[in-house]
Amino acid sequence: MTRPVATRQRLPLALLLPAGLGLFFLVLPLLGLLARAPWTTLPRRLAEPGVLTALRLSLETATLATLLCVALGVPLAWLLARVEFPGRRLVRALVTVPLVLPPVVGGVALLLVFGRRGLLGSWLDAAFGVTLPFTTPGVVLAEAFVAMPFLVIAVEGALRGADRRYEEAAATLGAGRWTTFTHVTLPLVAPGVAAGAVLCWARALGEFGATITFAGNYPGRTQTMPLAVYLALETDLQAAIVLSLILLTVSVTILAGLRDRWVGTP
Amino acid sequence: MTAPPLLDAHLVADRGAFHLDVRLRIAAGEVVALLGPNGAGKTTALRALAGLHPLTAGHLTLDGVDLDRPERRVWSPPERRPVGVVFQDYLLFPHLSALDNVAFGPRRRGADRRAARARAQGWLDRVGLGGRARDKPRQLSGGQAQRVALARALAVEPTLLLLDEPLAALDARTRLDTRAELQRHLGEHPGATLLVTHDPLDALVLADRLVIVEHGRVVQEGDAATVTARPRTDYVARLVGLNLHRGRAAGHAVTVGGLTLTTADAVHGVAFVAFPPAAVALHPARPDGSPRNVWPAVVAGVQRHGDNLRVQLDGPVAVAADVTPAAAAQLGLRPGQEVWAAVKAAETRAYPA
Amino acid sequence: MTVPWIRAALAGAAALALGLTGCAGTADGPAAEAGGGRVTVFAAASLTESFTKLGKDFEAAHPGTTVTFNFAGSSALATQITQGAPADVFAAASPATMKTVTDAGDAAGDPATLVRNQLVVAVLRGNPGKVAGLADLARPGVKVALCAEQVPCGSAARQALDAAGVRLTPATLEQDVKGALAKVRLGEVDAALVYRTDARSAAGELDAVEFPESAQAVNDYPIVVLKHAGNPDGARAFLDYVRSDAGLAVLAGAGFQAPQNR
Repeated sequence: MTRPVATRQRLPLALLLPAGLGLFFLVLPLLGLLARAPWTTLPRRLAEPGVLTALRLSLETATLATLLCVALGVPLAWLLARVEFPGRRLVRALVTVPLVLPPVVGGVALLLVFGRRGLLGSWLDAAFGVTLPFTTPGVVLAEAFVAMPFLVIAVEGALRGADRRYEEAAATLGAGRWTTFTHVTLPLVAPGVAAGAVLCWARALGEFGATITFAGNYPGRTQTMPLAVYLALETDLQAAIVLSLILLTVSVTILAGLRDRWVGTP
Repeated sequence: MTAPPLLDAHLVADRGAFHLDVRLRIAAGEVVALLGPNGAGKTTALRALAGLHPLTAGHLTLDGVDLDRPERRVWSPPERRPVGVVFQDYLLFPHLSALDNVAFGPRRRGADRRAARARAQGWLDRVGLGGRARDKPRQLSGGQAQRVALARALAVEPTLLLLDEPLAALDARTRLDTRAELQRHLGEHPGATLLVTHDPLDALVLADRLVIVEHGRVVQEGDAATVTARPRTDYVARLVGLNLHRGRAAGHAVTVGGLTLTTADAVHGVAFVAFPPAAVALHPARPDGSPRNVWPAVVAGVQRHGDNLRVQLDGPVAVAADVTPAAAAQLGLRPGQEVWAAVKAAETRAYPA
Repeated sequence: MTVPWIRAALAGAAALALGLTGCAGTADGPAAEAGGGRVTVFAAASLTESFTKLGKDFEAAHPGTTVTFNFAGSSALATQITQGAPADVFAAASPATMKTVTDAGDAAGDPATLVRNQLVVAVLRGNPGKVAGLADLARPGVKVALCAEQVPCGSAARQALDAAGVRLTPATLEQDVKGALAKVRLGEVDAALVYRTDARSAAGELDAVEFPESAQAVNDYPIVVLKHAGNPDGARAFLDYVRSDAGLAVLAGAGFQAPQNR
C-alpha cells in the first residue's frame, strides 16, 4: 500500500518541470479563447443557422475522410511494413509529403490532378461528368490527403511491432494470407489502427488550407468549421472564438470518449 | 520397419551460415522427440516441416504426398499442409476466446461456423477445459493455455503433429501435470508426432523414439533405453547423466587417455566407455581391495546435484562423481584437493564407437 | 470579460511577429533608424504593389527615413492594431474594417478616403466563356467564384449583383480576392468578381470585363494615422505623400480611382 505513494514522491523534477511547461504551453492558447469568449451572447450565437450546418459538415467530412484513409492507408501501411521492394524508403518518405507540404500547396496540387483541367479531373469530367472541386466529396478528398500520413505512420508502426509468429500460427491452421490479415493481423494491430484513425480524424477536422484551395468555401456544401472560423475572423473576433470553442468542445468530447473505449485497452 | 513411414523427410535447409541436414521418418501413431542443445537446428527442422521455412534440398513426404521437394519445384504452403503445430509460447490469438481459437482451424478448413464451434467445444472438453470456452487467452493459466494450444492444433486433425518445446514455458509443478496429460493425448493421436525439446525428461516420458541433433546433424537415434544406456556424444552423455569416454578397446580393457579401464563388456577397436557419476567412489588415499579401476585425481569443482554433491575431477581422465554430503564432509572436499577415484568394472559399459 | 495579462501576451506576440517580418523586409535596420526614423505602415493586401513603390519614392524624397510595411487582409490588420501592435499608419480596404479601429479609439483623427476601387469580372485571357456582363454569370454551366460576404470584395459583389438583379449560386465564396483569382487562373471557375486592381495585377493571364453596375459597389480605401504612433511626424508625412498628385498617379497606375470629393 505504501509503495505507490513512495514512487509517486520520487518522480524526477527534471522531467516534471518541462512536462508542466509543455502542458502549459499547449493549454495557454485555449485559456486565451476561454477568457475572451462572449459568454453572455453564447446561446444566441450557437443558435445561428450557419453554425450547426458547418459543424455537421465538418463532422461528416472528417469521418468520411477517416474512413477513406483507413480503407487505403491500412493496406499501404501493410505494404510498407511487410513487403520488401526496391525504393521502399523513398515510398515511405513520399507518404509523409502531405505532412511537410503547406496545406494550401496540397490544395493546389489536388486541383492540378483532380481539377476541371487536371490530369485525372478532366477525364472524370468528360467520361462520367464528375467534378470534385467545390463539392462535399472534394472536401473529403482534401482532408484525406492531408490526414492520411497520420494513419499510415501509426499503422505501420503497429504492424512492425506486432508479433509475426501469430501470422505463422494462423497459416499452420489453414488460413491463407488474406484471411490471416483480416482475422489475425488486423485484430492484433487494432489499437494502432484506432490510434491512427483518431489522429487522422482530428487532423481532418481541423483542416483548412487544402480544403479552401481545393473545395472552396460554400455554406452547407464545402464550408467546414475551420473555414467558417476564418471568415468570421474577418468581421467578428467573438464569433470566431465561439465557433472555435464549439469545434474544440465537440472534438475533445469525441476523442476523449473514443480513447477510453478503443485506444485505452491494451 | 514394416509399413512405410507416414512421414519421410530429408530436411536440408540453410539459415544464414547455419546448415541443417536431418533425416526423419515417423510412423503413424509414433511419437518422436527431436532432442538437442540450443542452436542445434531443432526449430529450423520444425519450421521446415510446417512450411514456414523452405527446404534447399532433400524432400518432405507426408502420407505419400510430396509437400516440399526443391529439385522438382514442389512446395506446399503451410495453410495447405495437413500439419498441426503447438508453438513454444502457444501463440493463442489474444483477441479470440479459447473456443474461437480452437475453432479457427476447422473454420479455415471449410467447416461452417456452427460445426467448427461444435468441434472446438469437443476438443476443449477432451483437454478438460470445456468450462473455459469463453475465456480469452490472458484469463487462462499457463497450463490451461498449453492445453488450448494442443486442442487448437489437434482440431484440424493433422496427419503430422508438431510440438515446439510444449512444456518449456511452464513452472515445475504445472509441467508435471501437463506432461502426464500431454502423454495421454499424444498416445491417442493417430498421426505422426514430432516433439522438439531440449529437456531430456520430456523426451523420455513423451516419445517412443529419440532423434538427437547437434550442429544441424543427427548424432544419435534410437529408443530411450538405447540412447540412455549408450550415449555417443558428450551432449547425450551429459543429458542422461553419464561419464562418457572414447578410447581403444582390447577385450575387457579400454585405454582412455593415459588410463586403462577394465570393463564388464568385451569390445575391440575404437569404443566408448560409459558409467554414471554415482559409480565413482572417492577415497582420501589409494584404496585397497576389489576395485581395479583406480586413479589419482584432483578436485576441480563441487556443485549441488539433487540431494548429493557432484564433484568434477581432473586427472588422466576428466569425470564427474556424485557423493553424499556426509561423505563430502568426511573427505573435506575443496578445489585443488588430491583424491583417489575408483569405479567398479561391473558398473561400466563399453560399446563400439 | 477581458483578462489583462492575456491581452498583454497577445499584443506581445503580435509585436514579436511584426518585428520579425519587419527585419526580414528591410535589410537596413539600425543604420537607418539612427538617421531619420522609421515609419511603420499597415496596409491592405491589395495595396502591396503600389505602396511598395510609394515607400521607395518616399524614402528617396526623405533621406534617413525608412518605411516598413505589413501587408495583410484589412481585418487581420485591424485585429492586430486593436490588440496593440505598434503601427504608425493604417490603410484599409473598406470603411467597415477602418471603423473597428476608430471605434476602438486607436486612430488619431478621422480617416481620409485615399482611393476607390471598382469590381470587374475576371476571366481567363481571351474570355473563352464569352462573359460580357453580370447577367452572363447566371448562365447555366458558368462557374463563378465570389468573395465571402464577410470580406469587402464579397459585400461589394453582393451589392453589384443585387443592383443588376442577377441571382446566381457561386461555386465558392473565397476568403479573399487572391483566392478567387487563383480559382480563375487554375481554370476551376469561369469567372470571378474581383477588384479592377487585382485583375490588373494578373493581366498576363486574365482579362477584366468591366460592367456598369460596378458603380453601385464602389469600395473606398480609408487611411489614418494611428493614435499610438511611435513616429507621428513621419506618419503624417507619409500620409500626405501618398495623397499627393505623385502618389495618386502611382495608385492610378495600379487601377485605383481618385476619390470623388477630394
